Amino acid sequence: MLRLEKRPQPSRGWTYGAPVLAVFLTIVLGMGLFALLGKDPLVAIRTIFWDPIFGPFAHFYRPEIIKKAAPLVLIAVGLSFGFRAGIWNIGAEGQYIIGAICGAAVALAFYPMDARWLIFPLMIAAGVLGGFLWAMIPALLRVRFNTNEILVSLMLVYVADVLIKAFSIGVLRNPEGFGMPGSRNLRQYPSAANLDLIPNSGLHWGSLVALFAVIFAYILFTRHHFGFQVRLAGQSPRAARFAGINANRLVILCLGISGALAGVAGMFQVAGPSGQILGSFPSFYGFTAIIVAFLGRLHPVGILCAGLIMALTYIGGQAAEAQLNLPAAAILTFQGMLLFCLLAVDVLTNYRFRLGQGEAR
Amino acid sequence: MKRRTLLATGAGAALAAAMGMPASAQDKTKVGFIYVGPINDGGWTQHHHHSAMEMVEHFGDAVEFVYQESVPEGPDAERAITQMALGGADIIFTTSFGFMDPTVNVAANFPNVKFEHATGYKQADNVSVYSARFYEGRAIQGTLAGRMTTTNKVGYIASVPIPEVIRGINAAYIHAKKVNPDIEFKIIWIFEWLNPAKEADAAKALIEQGCDVVLQHTDSTAPHQAAREAGGVYTFGQAADMAEFAPMPRISSIIDNWAPYYIDRVQAVMDGTWSSVSTWDGISTGMVGIGEVSDVVPAEWKAEAEAMRDAIAAGTYHPFTGPINKQDGSPWLAEGETASDGDLASMFFYVEGVEGEIPS
Repeated sequence: MLRLEKRPQPSRGWTYGAPVLAVFLTIVLGMGLFALLGKDPLVAIRTIFWDPIFGPFAHFYRPEIIKKAAPLVLIAVGLSFGFRAGIWNIGAEGQYIIGAICGAAVALAFYPMDARWLIFPLMIAAGVLGGFLWAMIPALLRVRFNTNEILVSLMLVYVADVLIKAFSIGVLRNPEGFGMPGSRNLRQYPSAANLDLIPNSGLHWGSLVALFAVIFAYILFTRHHFGFQVRLAGQSPRAARFAGINANRLVILCLGISGALAGVAGMFQVAGPSGQILGSFPSFYGFTAIIVAFLGRLHPVGILCAGLIMALTYIGGQAAEAQLNLPAAAILTFQGMLLFCLLAVDVLTNYRFRLGQGEAR
Repeated sequence: MKRRTLLATGAGAALAAAMGMPASAQDKTKVGFIYVGPINDGGWTQHHHHSAMEMVEHFGDAVEFVYQESVPEGPDAERAITQMALGGADIIFTTSFGFMDPTVNVAANFPNVKFEHATGYKQADNVSVYSARFYEGRAIQGTLAGRMTTTNKVGYIASVPIPEVIRGINAAYIHAKKVNPDIEFKIIWIFEWLNPAKEADAAKALIEQGCDVVLQHTDSTAPHQAAREAGGVYTFGQAADMAEFAPMPRISSIIDNWAPYYIDRVQAVMDGTWSSVSTWDGISTGMVGIGEVSDVVPAEWKAEAEAMRDAIAAGTYHPFTGPINKQDGSPWLAEGETASDGDLASMFFYVEGVEGEIPS
């Protein structure tokens, strides 16, 4: 008989092997799904995973992957601090939206002034601050009243969602937009636009900042005392208390960092790829980033890889929808399977299979 | 900025050229559709898809049809449209207002591909815009509502505060008032186009406030269900005929019918006669269909509604004919004057007599 036995220690090999196996399993299950839908499974998988990188239109898709991955990586790196310390910010989506609103509001306040040196840095600052402050709500409530940061941060997503809808038909509405919802397009405002620094490269300021965040987080985790505190608090809260780590300070720092990074990601998105404050601006990056963070094992480099893979499934998935007329729901299911497989395979990190009966207790 | 745009455009064109675009070498005309919702949403997207399928049936093997559903507005839309253009589409229809900027941006990179954007206002050499004069149907609904109500209270489930929805409210109100001077409109905004739960709640709230006619600018049948349960309440089909709720509570409907336009435009691409146009059609071309007025409406009023439909179709009657004042009492249209399309397109005020404020 097959049974599960808890490992004395999490397996190091499986810690890194699990995500790879999960991706592989997802592909196999996905092929089954696509075959059931009457599509050639090999063609579908090739369209999703191969064509965007090496196919005939790769020069169009590659920068798109980078642009899609940038906010995911940026948000996920921020989340990894809290997740390592056992502080659960589920509301990055809300912080992302508020960062976008703040960044765009600064730009629109200066419109049509021509002063990129002033406006763009101010927008970045506003994005950071907006996300940070939005995250401070669950942080302070937890520190002061011991509320549950999971619930508070999640609920604030819905508040942010309502706010951006209100702003898009209210104060930020484009006065030359014939009464339609939506702000001016920031991409058409040179002082505020976050365009590709090298045309068609996908490298805008947001992508670069995402890379910096990865490097910065790596150094912080491996070389800095703060990284140690975060790890210790996550692995053994009791030991952390004995070591004199201030738990409240950690809550504020972790939520603050993730909020700030999510906020600035929103600002780069609204000034670049999205361009407008619009009711449809929120596109679940903040939630998808949670999957990215775990797929990347909460490790900065892992998150970078996971962000790119997740972006690839979006870009390739959308291509498959169009080229093979796959229903949109099939692609969503496929992406959902990725997290599901990861959770399933993760069992192997902490448990191992044993044949035969367990010893009698 | 300028240089960058130029480079981007150049790259796009080069890229298109390298790919052997467009697909004019093929015999088939490749027609693409980008939808904002799922093709079975029961409302807006479903009707565009139905009309597209009618177009495909009409042309048979002469067209190759591709579509993508549930495309989020914003950068994903831009990629989806580009993808379709790269895939060799000759003409691409983007059927949501939020696809406006993405459509125009992509169109600049693919000068040989034709683009048709629904409900927008930005045209280019290879971008046409098209929309329907749904307010014509609202005038007929308003007339019926004014006649049928016994409480003199008409409920209106409004979706998103944009000119189209406001035009609808105004057109309905003006005509209800015309046949029933005591009429009062109660408006609930739900800020969505399709949300059965919210629509049902709004309908119930309106009915509780004494409304016995409920108009909707939202796409689901939930308000009809609520009206049926309440009893003695009249409704109108929206986007679809919603005939399954006839003869009660649904007493008529506004039907979206894009098929003639789609056939026309694809034909123009085939003939090489396509040019950028701005189309705003109504009852006369069939883009706005008026569903059968059911028999619970007394014959005399049914005839009145049908006469109005025919007059609008013939062009002898315009639903916005003066004298009409704005909500604040300031004059808008003088006696006998009709509204200009420009005024209608950007309408962002209630007419005199409508209570409440437009949310902003």
